[in-house]
This record gives sequence, C-alpha cells and structure tokens, in this order.
Amino acid sequence: MKTPEEVFNILKEKFGDAVVELAASQPVDPYIVVNPKEVDKICQYLFDNEELSFNNLMNLSGVDDSNGKVIAGQNGDKTIEGGTLSVYYHIESTKHKHKIVIKASTPRENPEVNSVESIWRHADWHEREAYDLVGIIFLNHPNLTRILMPYDWDAGHPLRKDYKNPEFYHGMKVPY
Amino acid sequence: MGLLDQQFTKESIVVTKVEDLLNWARLSSLWQMGFGLACCAIEMMATSASHYDFDRFGVIPRPSPRQSDVIIISGTVTLKMAIRIKRLYEQMPDPKYVISMGSCSNCGGPYWEHGYHVLKGVDRVIPVDVYVPGCPPRPEALLEGLLKLQEKIRNESLVKKSV
Repeated sequence: MKTPEEVFNILKEKFGDAVVELAASQPVDPYIVVNPKEVDKICQYLFDNEELSFNNLMNLSGVDDSNGKVIAGQNGDKTIEGGTLSVYYHIESTKHKHKIVIKASTPRENPEVNSVESIWRHADWHEREAYDLVGIIFLNHPNLTRILMPYDWDAGHPLRKDYKNPEFYHGMKVPY
Repeated sequence: MGLLDQQFTKESIVVTKVEDLLNWARLSSLWQMGFGLACCAIEMMATSASHYDFDRFGVIPRPSPRQSDVIIISGTVTLKMAIRIKRLYEQMPDPKYVISMGSCSNCGGPYWEHGYHVLKGVDRVIPVDVYVPGCPPRPEALLEGLLKLQEKIRNESLVKKSV
C-alpha cells in the first residue's frame, strides 16, 4: 500500500518534468497533475510496476475547467477563449488496495491527450464519452467516435461551458 | 356499451351499423408495440402484468411494428431516438394510434430547459392521440389513457375523420 505522496515521488523520480505536481490540500482526493502527452507512458508504468500495479481504472472523466476568458455575446450566450480542459483518471490497485487520481490538463484550443485504451480496455468508451461531451481528442484511440450523441451531431460538445444548442436537428425543433 | 350487452335467448339476428362493428373490433384488440424507452416503460410493464392486466382490454405486446395498432411512447424521447420512433411509426399499418405516456414524451418533462439531447414532446415528430400526464404515470393513469383512446375509436366514422 502506497500513499499518494509515495506514488508521486516514485513518478517524479522516473518521469521528471512530465509529472507536474501533487495537489493534496484540496477537499477532494489528492491528485497528481501530469503532462497530457506523457500520460499513457505514466499510466503504463503505474500499471506495470509491481509495487504500484494500478490494475483498475475506476473512472475516466473529461472536465471543462472553464478558466479561460469569458466573452459575453448577444442574448445571453457566451464563448470562452483560452484556459484548459482536463481529464481525470481515478485508478486503484485491487492487489495493494491503494488509489490515486491522475489529472491531465490540455489547452482548450487544441485539446489533445494520449489514449490509455491500450492499458485499460474499458477506457475505450470512457474516452469516447469525454470526446463526445467535452471534445477532448484522444490520440491513438482506435475508434474515437461519438458514443451518446448522434453520430452526425455537428453542433459541438454539449458539456462545454460555452455550448450553444442548435435550433433544429434533422428538421426537429430542439429548444422548448 | 358493446354489441353483446344483451343476452341471447335463442338463435337470432343482431342489427348494427358497420361502423359500430368495425370500431368495436378495433378498440377491443389494440395490439401495442413491444417498445419501452425509460422509467415510464417500467410502469407500462407493470400495467401489462397480472395485477393491472392490460390483456383484459385486448392489449397484447407485439414484437413487430407491422403487427401493431398502438405505440405507447413510454419515456424520454432523445433526438437520436426520435428518428427511430418516426420510422417505427411509419412501419405500422393503418389504422394506427399513439399514446404519449408521461411528462417527457408529452413536453420534454424535467429536461425541458437543459436537456440538450431531448426532443421536447414526441408530437413534434408523430401525431399523438392521447396524452397521459405523470412522472411516471401510475398504471391506473395509463389505463385511463387507454380507455380514452377506446372512446375515441368508438366514435370514429368511416366517412369523416374523428377528432
């Protein structure tokens, strides 16, 4: 069993600058911030290492941090420029009974994160959901298509904070 | 009410109108499409089960739209599903009827404002005969909706369309 500090120190020693910080003073589970382009290598190490062996991805979620510049438009809608989108990986080891949260933040304009589908297979649909609803691009994903919204949905990603619902979809009026 | 509310004492002739006979036959065997969408479908299944016994009104779930007379829209209609519902409705043979069950399919229900994926009422894609309110409606409410539909069919005419 490893504490979050110990996991962080092991990762920091192995990956250096790709592991940014350990946020432990939050009112949530402590999380380790990592570089989105290195997250697959770090997760592979977390999975393979005997002392860590994080063999279960409990959850993977995409988040719009909404920390960019808000530009108010007409009639109440808004657009956000800059800031980040994040992916949170809640992982655990069923062998050592320890858990950790990994966070990968990626710029809103070019939200690209490496896929961890090859490590935990069920990340496949989780990443498709994060792509569908928040619009995060997972590099090296085998089938990055929409999973909940219709395949031909072209109005954007609904859980973005500056999302605007379309007036019509296939001739059906969408707003109330 | 029906054709057979009088007792037959001996072999006899029943005099009735063709319309009444057809309407009576139609309303007494409304085969519903075996089709459920969300939590309303659970109530619909409860209505079909032995306690409420939809079968006593002649309502039997059918596995194909080609054999169905009525489609009960039992749940939230997402935009993705709305296209499929329209197609299923079009596959049903005439005469066909639609019961919209619950707030979601009536008007969008709790998703009316922030449901980016929800069609705000199934009547935007197919014509609805009976709206059953509730979230979800109890089986009694669905039975009431069915009785309303039967009443509507009973007053149908071969020559002019009923409202």
